[in-house]
Amino acid sequence: MADNQSSEKKLSRRKFLVRGGLGTIGVLAVGTYVLRNPIRRAILEKANEMDLAYMGSTDNPMLWFELGKDNVVILHSPKIEMGQGTFTGLAQMAADELEISMSNIKVVHATTATGNIDGMSTGGSTSISGLWQPLRELAAIFREMMKIEAAKKLGVSVDDLSVKDGVVSANSKSLTYAEISEGVTNWTIPEKPILKDISSYKYVGKPVPRVDLDDKVYGAPMFGLDAEMPNMLYGAVVRPSKIGAKFISATTDKAEKMPGVIKIVSEDDFVGVVAESYIEAENAKQAIEVIWETPDNLQQDAIVSMMTVGNGKSTIIQKEGDALEGDDIVQMEFRSPIGAHAQIEPNGVVAFVEESKATIMISTQVIGITRKEVSSRLGWDAEQVNVIPTYLGGGFGRRLHTPHAVQAAVMSQAVGKPVKYIFSREEEFQHDMFRPPTHHILKGRLNEQGLLDGLEHHFVSGDVGNNSALVPNIVPPIVGADIGAIRGGFLQYSAVPNHRSVYWHVTLPFATSWWRSLGLLANTFAIESFVDEMALKAGKDAIEFRLAQVNDDEAGKRLKEVMRTAGERAGYSEEIKDGKAMGFAASVDAGTPCAHVVEVSVEDNKIRVHKVTVVLDPGLAVNPDQIRAQCEGCVIMGMSAVLFEQMKVVDGSLTPTIYGPYEMALMKHAPREIDVVLLQGKDTPGAVGEPPLGPIGAAIANAIRRLTGKRLQSMPLKLT
Amino acid sequence: MKISMIVNGQSHAIELTDEYTPLLWVIRDILGLKGTKFGCGKAACGACTLHVDGEAVRSCSYPVKFAEGKQITTIEGLGNAENPHPVQQAWIEEIVPQCGYCQPGFMMATAALLNKIPNPTDEDIDNNIINVCRCGTYYRMRKAIHKAADKQNAINEINEPTKA
Ligand code: FES
Ligand code: FES
Repeated sequence: MADNQSSEKKLSRRKFLVRGGLGTIGVLAVGTYVLRNPIRRAILEKANEMDLAYMGSTDNPMLWFELGKDNVVILHSPKIEMGQGTFTGLAQMAADELEISMSNIKVVHATTATGNIDGMSTGGSTSISGLWQPLRELAAIFREMMKIEAAKKLGVSVDDLSVKDGVVSANSKSLTYAEISEGVTNWTIPEKPILKDISSYKYVGKPVPRVDLDDKVYGAPMFGLDAEMPNMLYGAVVRPSKIGAKFISATTDKAEKMPGVIKIVSEDDFVGVVAESYIEAENAKQAIEVIWETPDNLQQDAIVSMMTVGNGKSTIIQKEGDALEGDDIVQMEFRSPIGAHAQIEPNGVVAFVEESKATIMISTQVIGITRKEVSSRLGWDAEQVNVIPTYLGGGFGRRLHTPHAVQAAVMSQAVGKPVKYIFSREEEFQHDMFRPPTHHILKGRLNEQGLLDGLEHHFVSGDVGNNSALVPNIVPPIVGADIGAIRGGFLQYSAVPNHRSVYWHVTLPFATSWWRSLGLLANTFAIESFVDEMALKAGKDAIEFRLAQVNDDEAGKRLKEVMRTAGERAGYSEEIKDGKAMGFAASVDAGTPCAHVVEVSVEDNKIRVHKVTVVLDPGLAVNPDQIRAQCEGCVIMGMSAVLFEQMKVVDGSLTPTIYGPYEMALMKHAPREIDVVLLQGKDTPGAVGEPPLGPIGAAIANAIRRLTGKRLQSMPLKLT
Repeated sequence: MKISMIVNGQSHAIELTDEYTPLLWVIRDILGLKGTKFGCGKAACGACTLHVDGEAVRSCSYPVKFAEGKQITTIEGLGNAENPHPVQQAWIEEIVPQCGYCQPGFMMATAALLNKIPNPTDEDIDNNIINVCRCGTYYRMRKAIHKAADKQNAINEINEPTKA
């Protein structure tokens, strides 16, 4: 049996490259790297035949697993850990198929030198779902390779072996994986990875604690800003405070004489300073006088009028039946503001450019792009630059652009030493790649039964996915539309006979990009607020009204189940009780349906959210506790954006530039109760990190409508 | 000039040119303790919270000269895996951290709060724990703070049974 599944036949080089840019390679090393190459090649042959849902380069073998003499397996993750719990999920999946215990697996970030990096970036809620199949298959191959060698060493047949916690046994003899690997140079690779039955998994599906929990609680130096290299200096770069400012020239005499200053680095496109300490670099930066060429002072009004449906280019992204016409159409408008990422760890990097190689340690979501940008600025081959990613002190899409890596590399080259460069908080706010503002026009008409006969969503947004490295494979590409901006912009009410969604694209004068969940937050706020208004008009229960207008296809069934469960669990009611009203909203993002029921009151004219019930159907829950954590986080981050946050353009600058004035949710705003219910409507893992952000805005606005009669149409939601 | 202070029980004499250098950078870059984080540099987020003579202080806005002769405790000194502080234990049991970046600041703020108010109410927590967490872990933090209070009170009772 086992022999039939094994093969020593060599696959041709051509086969390695069968998938073009798709593919990955595994490696096993014991202690030293003596065994790296044969096994690397062996797993490579397998990995390249797999249908991987992410992109990497296939030119060099990639390091997936390393086995140490202590029988600990190191998993080199192509995905970045930014808080979403990906490392833990990957460790669970690998440990179960490797047949090792959770305590014997360690997850580290792959570097560009080990090769196992994801050309597609980390984001879009695809990490666990995308690696579900390939990672388990690679781990299963690893396990089977161990068994085949163990059978030889123990002189038994593979079928007689049992494996537990990294130890292979037969009769009374046993060998650890590390012992098995010793001396093996010619590994036999099983033809087909035999996956275990999901029901036999010990870790997948269980709420195991995060693998990075201890490090995060005891303050381990694990983030980009904690990175250091020997003899490191500190750099700072002067950045303009105005939108669209172009660097012309700089006077640096004063800065040159400041204490601790090593060198002023003047380039065509920026001026920086390198000093002995962070504070000295920052102080010297303040003393550099730069002449900028600035366009006319832009104001917020101009942004708002630019961002109006009808401006720019339109694309119909969804169309069923006819366009709505006539006098009996209900129409409403909604707006969302410019949003900042405001992640607590500012962007930063340590770069060391030596004669013919460079090392970059950085918080990035786009390892491959960071490398390309640095190598092309230096005029080098990509292979000369090694990017070592770190844990992120928050990602949310903010680490998809890393021009600071290039600037640090240029400064390092100028002084011949490693240079660390950290954004100030002010720079972080002014030079964010913002969530673009949006404007939405919703139209609808009720039929005689009080159901929607037509529903239309017309919306405009700045760039989200355009100019972004993050291209998810979970949103169908529509020519002409920004795949990020349209996320959540589709109408989920498939049973409405006439429905359409039209996207308008406007390019803003400042950079906008991916902000956790992209268009979903604003689009769902607009659509679900309007649908709620139509339910009120029809005199129907908010949930019943929605349920009646979703088709019974597979996606529709899952969505309805989520809606129904949320209503039942929260005891949804249209009544106001003890000064509190409930609000309901639902959305589908990246195939994951989610519904929220919120309970709100108004105190001192301020909106107070007491309880949020979240029902999510993420498919198979690899780690239910971390999925709950993502739901709780999405609720609070979403509330923050919906109730408080907004950037504005004032006299050509993006403001404010500090927490506080950039108001965000704090402990006192967090709901005292967040009840999360997970459903499993499919048997593979789906998206988790962003979908639960969808409904929160509309759910709160819908509750406020019931409580006060006011329909709030702009984020942040304010009562006056 | 020279600044003397005790950090996590160890005395240090630090040579500096600028006595107004924020304590944060001395702790991170000179003493190499990276658990205390930089988030804003303007006392607006709390990521840099540590203890100076037992009081929670935002070290990014605390000139090192004021630390002269004082006792500083950072997250590394609060506890470790072998000997965790009740706040750290509670944080682990509730699996609080997501990205984790803000967490040392919150744990230091909580430890200082519990010394002042051993049994904080939800209102006490709202009024005193005012750091920023972008990942939105407040919900679990609140549970962890109550749990940490229970743990600390249990320890205090064992140590000082007469007061109980
Ligand atoms: S870094 Fe000190 S409060 Fe933000
Ligand atoms: S855990 Fe990420 S900012 Fe708090």
